[in-house]
Amino acid sequence: MAVHLELSDVSIEFPTPKGAFRALDGVNLKIERGEFVSLIGHSGCGKSTVLNIIAGLHQASTGGVVLDGREVNEPGPERAVVFQNHSLLPWLSAYENVELAVRQVFKGRKSKAEMKAWIEHNLELVQMTHAMDKRPDEISGGMKQRVGIARALAMEPTVLLMDEPFGALDALTRAHLQDSLMEIQSSLNNTVIMITHDVDEAVLLSDRIVMMTNGPAATVGEILEVDLPRPRERIALADNPEYNHYRHHVLRFLYEKQRKVEPLVSHRAKGRVDDSAKARKQA
Amino acid sequence: MNSIHMSLASISGIAGVKANDTFASWFKRMTWTLGLPLLGLLVFMFIWQAGAKRIDTSLGQFPGPVQVYEQTGALISEHVREREREAAFYERQEKRNAERVAKDPDYVPKVRSYTGKPTFFDQIVTSLVTVLAGFAIGALIAIPLGICIGLNGSLYALLNPVIQLFKPVSPLAWLPLVTMVVSAVYVSDDPLFAKSFLTSLFTVSLCCLWPTLINTAVGVSAISPDLQNVSKVLRLSWLAHVYRIVLPSSVPMIFTGLRLSLGIAWMVLIAAEMLAQNPGLGKFVWDEFQNGSSDSLGRIMVAVLVIGVIGFLLDRIMLLIQRAVSWDKNAITR
Repeated sequence: MAVHLELSDVSIEFPTPKGAFRALDGVNLKIERGEFVSLIGHSGCGKSTVLNIIAGLHQASTGGVVLDGREVNEPGPERAVVFQNHSLLPWLSAYENVELAVRQVFKGRKSKAEMKAWIEHNLELVQMTHAMDKRPDEISGGMKQRVGIARALAMEPTVLLMDEPFGALDALTRAHLQDSLMEIQSSLNNTVIMITHDVDEAVLLSDRIVMMTNGPAATVGEILEVDLPRPRERIALADNPEYNHYRHHVLRFLYEKQRKVEPLVSHRAKGRVDDSAKARKQA
Repeated sequence: MNSIHMSLASISGIAGVKANDTFASWFKRMTWTLGLPLLGLLVFMFIWQAGAKRIDTSLGQFPGPVQVYEQTGALISEHVREREREAAFYERQEKRNAERVAKDPDYVPKVRSYTGKPTFFDQIVTSLVTVLAGFAIGALIAIPLGICIGLNGSLYALLNPVIQLFKPVSPLAWLPLVTMVVSAVYVSDDPLFAKSFLTSLFTVSLCCLWPTLINTAVGVSAISPDLQNVSKVLRLSWLAHVYRIVLPSSVPMIFTGLRLSLGIAWMVLIAAEMLAQNPGLGKFVWDEFQNGSSDSLGRIMVAVLVIGVIGFLLDRIMLLIQRAVSWDKNAITR
């Protein structure tokens, strides 16, 4: 089977006043159809940049992305994005937000009635039909994110890109949405690429976890296959040795191999050196 | 005591007090919304009356509230009388024409329009029409231009010096140029609009388009990058992007600009009418000043107050429209 989505030797440089900043260096990744892949890494390591390159919102400086044999070089609805802070249009109701996407993507392909049914179907998938006439400022953060997911799903994307979709939510709401996402995923079987900070979330949801090294010039450090049977149940998995082994693996990567140098600690150390230097001067 | 309580209860019924509202909280609210503003007006009237008595001008004493009240009545009765005269004039003319046609069937009746002096209220109408037309032209230029500037950084850099240069120009500086240009360009045997109207109109437009232009540009360029990404992922066309994303998200800023513009337009118009002797409230004030009768100052004071009230009402109307149109109901709109 041909590769569904391939990133080959993707590097990106951003111009800065001090010269080019190389954010990503030689990222290689192959993703199969229907796979759920998580990108995990410390903040600032370029996870979002990888996602934005796949989405077409950024252009790679070298290398490129090929989706189903075609190179990606501009954004499009077949690579729908769920943004971290929902990005719903605040002047439209939940229904209208999804409608905007559906009308744009299925222009001329679906009749008005079909579109209405499709919008309602997608809102039903995320359990939001009860509040579909409410505006974003009238619903909770979790509900907004559900609508954001419904909007992305309604575009019938080949690849669903999620940029820390649950990052801004409280733990209970996040768990609830993760369960919903797994349920939806089991029926639709989309290809999903999700960015996360959360090790538990990554192990629970993913087929593979892509761990990224620290920037600058970040790249893929390790790839972990998560071979847990689905449907996965968070309570049962909590005591599962295999699950904990995967968790442990990711944690070790993040906190031992790619330990982020804490600026706070380094400042304090530097301060101490300064103090001793001062003391010596005074003496 | 009982009757006072009764009347208060009926007022509270009008003000829409809920049943569980205590009298104390209702009283506090009414004090804030009605009591204090009324007190402020009363204090102003008192200072005005006291101050007016002490100012003697060559046209007599400075008008106090009483004279202003009298002159308001005088202006209203003048207006009514003028209307009666006009009606009588047309009646006479019709009658005369009918008689001549009866005598001589070949006679083509001439219809002359009434040429009486415009009253205070005619001037108000003229000013209102002019200000709204000038404001509309200004907005029609400023909003599309503001959107283009806000969307395009290089266009902004290109036009910014021009905008900054013309923004602070006083209407009185524009007026002679506008007058000359209108007289030179608008040459027609049967003009649809009076030249004086066009002069006032364009002066108002020139002065009031800047706040709308700048606020629209700022509003458009401040659209959240997330919403722009949504638009890109959906591959919205340029027009759809403007219509679906740009316009709605900058509506609050556009209206802030429009309200500033309308306020400026109204101020500019009065000054322009005064200077150019164009029909309107400004001309009324100037004519009274030149007339120099003992009533003149009182009549000017009436005009001053009416100008203030109209400016206030125009702003309130814009606020109501803003509230109806804007999605951002949390924005502080007052």
